[in-house]
Amino acid sequence: MKLKTHAEEAAEFIKDDARTHWHDDTLWHVRSNRDRSAQGIPEWETLRDTASATKDYVLSHIDELLEQFEANAKANGVEVLWAKDGKEHNQHVYRILQENKVKNIVKSKSILTEECGLNHYLEKKGYDVVDTDLGERIIQFAKQTPSHIVLPAIHLKKQDIGDIFHNHIGTKAGASDPNYLTEAARQHLRKKFVQANAAITGVNFGIAETGGFVVCTNEGNADMGTHLADVHIACMGIEKLIPRAADLGVFLRLLARSATGQSITNYSSHFHRPAEGKKLYIILVDNGRTDQLGREDFKNSLKCIRCGACMNTCPIYRRSGGHSYNYTVPGPIGSILSPGRDLKKYSSLPFASTLCGSCSDVCPVKINIHEQLYKWRQVIAENTDMDRSKKLSMKVAGMTFGKPVLYDLAGKVARTALKITPKSLVYSSINVWGRHRDLPEVPKESFKEWYKKNRKQ
Amino acid sequence: MTSKEAILGAIKKNKPAASPLPDLLKFSDETNLIERYEKGLTGNGGKLQVVDTLEELDAFVKENYTNDQLIASLVDEVNGNVDVSKISNPHDLEHVELAILNGELGVSENGAIWMPENNVVHRVLPFIAQHLIIVIREETLLTNMHQAYEKVNVADGGYGVFIAGPSKTADIEQSLVIGAHGPRSLTVFLVKK
Ligand code: SF4
Repeated sequence: MKLKTHAEEAAEFIKDDARTHWHDDTLWHVRSNRDRSAQGIPEWETLRDTASATKDYVLSHIDELLEQFEANAKANGVEVLWAKDGKEHNQHVYRILQENKVKNIVKSKSILTEECGLNHYLEKKGYDVVDTDLGERIIQFAKQTPSHIVLPAIHLKKQDIGDIFHNHIGTKAGASDPNYLTEAARQHLRKKFVQANAAITGVNFGIAETGGFVVCTNEGNADMGTHLADVHIACMGIEKLIPRAADLGVFLRLLARSATGQSITNYSSHFHRPAEGKKLYIILVDNGRTDQLGREDFKNSLKCIRCGACMNTCPIYRRSGGHSYNYTVPGPIGSILSPGRDLKKYSSLPFASTLCGSCSDVCPVKINIHEQLYKWRQVIAENTDMDRSKKLSMKVAGMTFGKPVLYDLAGKVARTALKITPKSLVYSSINVWGRHRDLPEVPKESFKEWYKKNRKQ
Repeated sequence: MTSKEAILGAIKKNKPAASPLPDLLKFSDETNLIERYEKGLTGNGGKLQVVDTLEELDAFVKENYTNDQLIASLVDEVNGNVDVSKISNPHDLEHVELAILNGELGVSENGAIWMPENNVVHRVLPFIAQHLIIVIREETLLTNMHQAYEKVNVADGGYGVFIAGPSKTADIEQSLVIGAHGPRSLTVFLVKK
């Protein structure tokens, strides 16, 4: 079966024009909140530089930091396990559940367990895994996957959620009031928390210096789960490490502000030792991360703290929906991470970008996202039998960007061409993107020309 | 070869050249800390009461809660009716209506309060209670998170949490709803110097 490209997948999403606009506006609103919040912090750029440099240190010392982390965690009474891939991670979880005779599991949002396919694996083994983040619970009921890493159900309207809850937890038919629905979910999930024997969480930051880790939520669901259950399993990608506890000052200031514009998540929980009589496990997962570390052009993607800002700002993501990426982490950063996992399968994702650079501008750890996307395009052009028209336009783009004179000339030609191109050509079936887009107003002169004329001497 | 050896081996082979560890950041103190704190807290859905003495907290509790509601107080000046220290199973806290706790320090930039395990006795208490009141002292107010991490040793206890507001969600069409799983309200009583 031929794999669907991002554009083909997106075509499904944009069939509903009103919904596409609504999705676009909603995410833009989140992005605007981020801007307002960042602008309220005079030292914002210093924070970003420091976060990025701290992660550079982490990536270049990650073996030492992992060993330090493990030794400290063990000394704290935590059991530390290592997993090469998703399969081994899932096997560890399964063994722990069996050893502790666990029946009921609550989980709080973890993109890593999504990446490893944990829910599916455990369900096949007969376990009922309850996702407790409200957004995750909604899509779990709907048998979908998250469409966004911070806002998993952002693609659904309240009427959709009302229908889902009506079918699964018996709310009134047609009800769509968020207060009413959240209250119903609260009552439903409280029962699950009280019954659970094990809680699985992700990890936002692992602290090498202390062997502890931090989990951030707004709902408090990670805490409700872990403090009531006897077993806590924390699943952590190896790149989540930071060297010192005090580095959290930088990262916690950046994370929530970049994600949704709030100053901090309402709960930032620091776990170091299991409570008396309870058990705490940490699984350190590679699953392709060490490979990415060896890719000079792409290793920076491992600095990602999963804030989702690059998704909220991406003009393509906002108009095509997270599911069109077909990968656990969608949007610009997902389009960098996925080709490293499977170049063929994800070969269309690095093209799902305008290369406008907005993602790199908002990224709190200053990952050069759009440059990496451009680099992946070149790798893909060389290594796959990408369609000819894309290959050709890549070559032309490469030549043009490389020679300023050509670039200027191309701009002039394009400005004229855009003016005289008949709409029938732009909106032809050959041009996938043109189908849903109107042409921009063509500027009479380029910025460079304008600048030359108007700059003050 | 164990998975640990395999992962560490792959890192040694693939890791980039050493980069230096940046110095910790410091920014100067701000003024108007109470005002800033209130802005931070209310931004996250919490409420602030500035008081001179904790008698005002006691009066607040009497006014807003009745004696047949379960109240767990770990603040000396207020008497509750649940003795948390006598509870061994955290599940027994399921029906607590109000928890009253002492916070270690407050951070003005975002309203967060450091709450170490010692101050809650049961880790689940600040989450399972329907409502939460936290007491902080004006002299513990700090400007930002950098200062907070300078003051706090996060590894001291087994667990500690920055609480910055009540339990909230915006997962249904981005509408803010307070009271997802945990407390439906957070009121901070800030005691003036
Ligand atoms: S790449 Fe940057 S902006 Fe995107 S999710 Fe990661 S940290 Fe956030």
